[in-house]
Amino acid sequence: MTDNSKEVSVMPDSINIEVAPVSRVEGHGDLVLNIKDKKIEKLIFRIPESPRFFEAMLVGRNWDEPSHITSRICGICSVAHTYASVKATEAAMGIQPSDFILKLRRLIFHHEMVQSNVLHVYFLAAPDFLGVGSVIPLVKTHPEVVNIALRLKKMANDMVRIIGGRAVHPIRTVVGGFTKLPTEEEMYKMKDMLKAAYKDLETSLAVLKTLDIPDFERETEYISLAQPDEYALYDGTIKSTDGWEIDSQDYLDKIKEKVVKHSTGKHCWANRDAYMVGALSRFNNNYEKLSDNAKSYAKELGLQAPCYNTFMNNIAQFVEIVHSVDDSIRLIDELLEDGMDENKRMVDFKIQPGRGVGAVEAPRGLLIHDYTYNSEGKVDKANLIIPTNMNYGNVERDMQALVPDIIDKPEDEIRLACEMMIRAYDPCISCSTHFLNVKLINK
Amino acid sequence: MGKPKVGIFGFTGCGGCQLEILNLEDQLLDLVSAVDIVHFTEAITEHSDDYEIALIEGSITTEHDVERIEKIGSIANVIVAVGACAVSGGLNCLKNLYGTQKAAELVYGDKKDWIDTIEVKPVDAYLKVDHYSRGCPPNRFEIVDIVRSLLLGRQPEIPNYPVCVECKRNGNTCVYELGMTCLGPISRAGCDSRCPNSASGCEACRGVIENPNVNAQKDLLAEHGLTVKDIMSQFNLYNACKGKNIE
Ligand code: SF4
Ligand code: SF4
Ligand code: SF4
Repeated sequence: MTDNSKEVSVMPDSINIEVAPVSRVEGHGDLVLNIKDKKIEKLIFRIPESPRFFEAMLVGRNWDEPSHITSRICGICSVAHTYASVKATEAAMGIQPSDFILKLRRLIFHHEMVQSNVLHVYFLAAPDFLGVGSVIPLVKTHPEVVNIALRLKKMANDMVRIIGGRAVHPIRTVVGGFTKLPTEEEMYKMKDMLKAAYKDLETSLAVLKTLDIPDFERETEYISLAQPDEYALYDGTIKSTDGWEIDSQDYLDKIKEKVVKHSTGKHCWANRDAYMVGALSRFNNNYEKLSDNAKSYAKELGLQAPCYNTFMNNIAQFVEIVHSVDDSIRLIDELLEDGMDENKRMVDFKIQPGRGVGAVEAPRGLLIHDYTYNSEGKVDKANLIIPTNMNYGNVERDMQALVPDIIDKPEDEIRLACEMMIRAYDPCISCSTHFLNVKLINK
Repeated sequence: MGKPKVGIFGFTGCGGCQLEILNLEDQLLDLVSAVDIVHFTEAITEHSDDYEIALIEGSITTEHDVERIEKIGSIANVIVAVGACAVSGGLNCLKNLYGTQKAAELVYGDKKDWIDTIEVKPVDAYLKVDHYSRGCPPNRFEIVDIVRSLLLGRQPEIPNYPVCVECKRNGNTCVYELGMTCLGPISRAGCDSRCPNSASGCEACRGVIENPNVNAQKDLLAEHGLTVKDIMSQFNLYNACKGKNIE
């Protein structure tokens, strides 16, 4: 893994690894790991991320504002938040969008996923696997990889720009439909952009095949949306590999949350004490519904469902990119067949009181918004369940499993393996880049 | 002469401003070669406490944020506030509207004392800010323009006219004609009227123009039976904090 792996290192009795952001100045995520007599004495995954209080910010806001407000929870998954929000509002008010609208929503939804998966696979994970510190040295050592990443990212962002009006915090994606539709010409343009991506996907496949993915296995509970007829991203029931499946509006029956002292993000659990969400969970629950092409990419990369290797999350993300490109072409063909007509952009609806739940797959996993509206169409109560929070417990348990296997390795390797593990989760981009400044104290 | 060292820092926000910098795709490699990015919270693992220019995303909402922002202020010569959260407090200010303690209680219940949170403020409540790149998210080309201006030693040109000007230039149908409301007549342009371009009303994420009583598109408002005062009252989504920029 690292270049000093051949050195024989004499391990002290006790080491403390504190993977903390820049000299305690930058504050996003830390891993604290104390090892004594080759046993883990303390392991904490800590998120000192500033709390935002969106549940409070939503109270009293008018029905057309929550999607704009909650999209600002996360710039990188703003489309997912927008749609969890729009769907919660629509469910609360009994609004049923047309098939045409739902197809266009699925199309834009794919491309935030692609954009995020690209950023994660190529900018964050690839530098680890290719043995360089981060994406800046990667520009020098593997310019072709960086260029592919930038091209794919631009393709996905342009798709979101065309359909949503903006790449970050989309504008057109509102309750009831769209404020404006892409033109037929834009639809053809998007189709060309998608087709052009295949070459880069093939080249990426060749690069990814050469990566040395760490051997690691720990079976856990994998939770994601599921659908009988599609790889569920925009909609579905909530399904677990532990054998339960529920309607998304009943999420509180299974998903529990608690505030823990070292973290502003709440910890979640369901059937066991922790579970995993994200690409690997989606893959494990929905493998059969991937496009044939995506399945063959998975096969070439040695990814099989069910997969219990957290490090393979990155490979699952890549396989999802392939699926999204394939499925987008299908959706565009169907939408063009339906005909792009501005009259189809909205359905009629009435403002009504009620409670509604919107569940989607954000790039990092299951995301749930739950709103209660009063008779004036203002929010009385809101509850949000964020994917990054759901993974915290599972990250800690993976670490507990990983560290004993590598406890005899040099400290550098332990540190790198822990960082890679956290990055595999893609906890959120600002967290995942900051598990890098390691303070090592030998007692 | 060495390249200027730039740090890009994230405070309380959504990371979307930093993402817009990454979304420069076509210009990203040029930017990386024109300046030395020594710190970029969202994108790189390298970090340094040696920089001349600090681009700051996010509001100041915790004691820890205050410590960090003061440290950055003691190092950087030039401070650029990037995005509504940094410029005016942005959407985060809705927490102040609700009440900081009440919000903590609602979200964290009896564990609220574990949470470090203070009243939301923009960056210029703590530091002298040299340049503002407004918007939520900001216009990524404007960020490049500010950096370029800094390199060339000139003042960046930030519009001080209403969004309506851009909107008309773009040939949009006014959304008032479509039965919606729009803060375009008082909002500061520079986004290329992004929301009206998508048949959506402007929510003034770039804040208000200087002297709205003089500079607003008053005729347009009058046509729809509105006054500057009427629409100023709808101005709290991105601008609920009191600060130098929004008075
Ligand atoms: S200004 Fe908007 S895009 Fe930027 S961090 Fe704040 S919420 Fe995100
Ligand atoms: S009010 Fe809004 S839509 Fe109308 S011209 Fe001004 S910016 Fe454009
Ligand atoms: S139109 Fe208004 S709300 Fe939209 S980006 Fe421009 S300033 Fe912001």
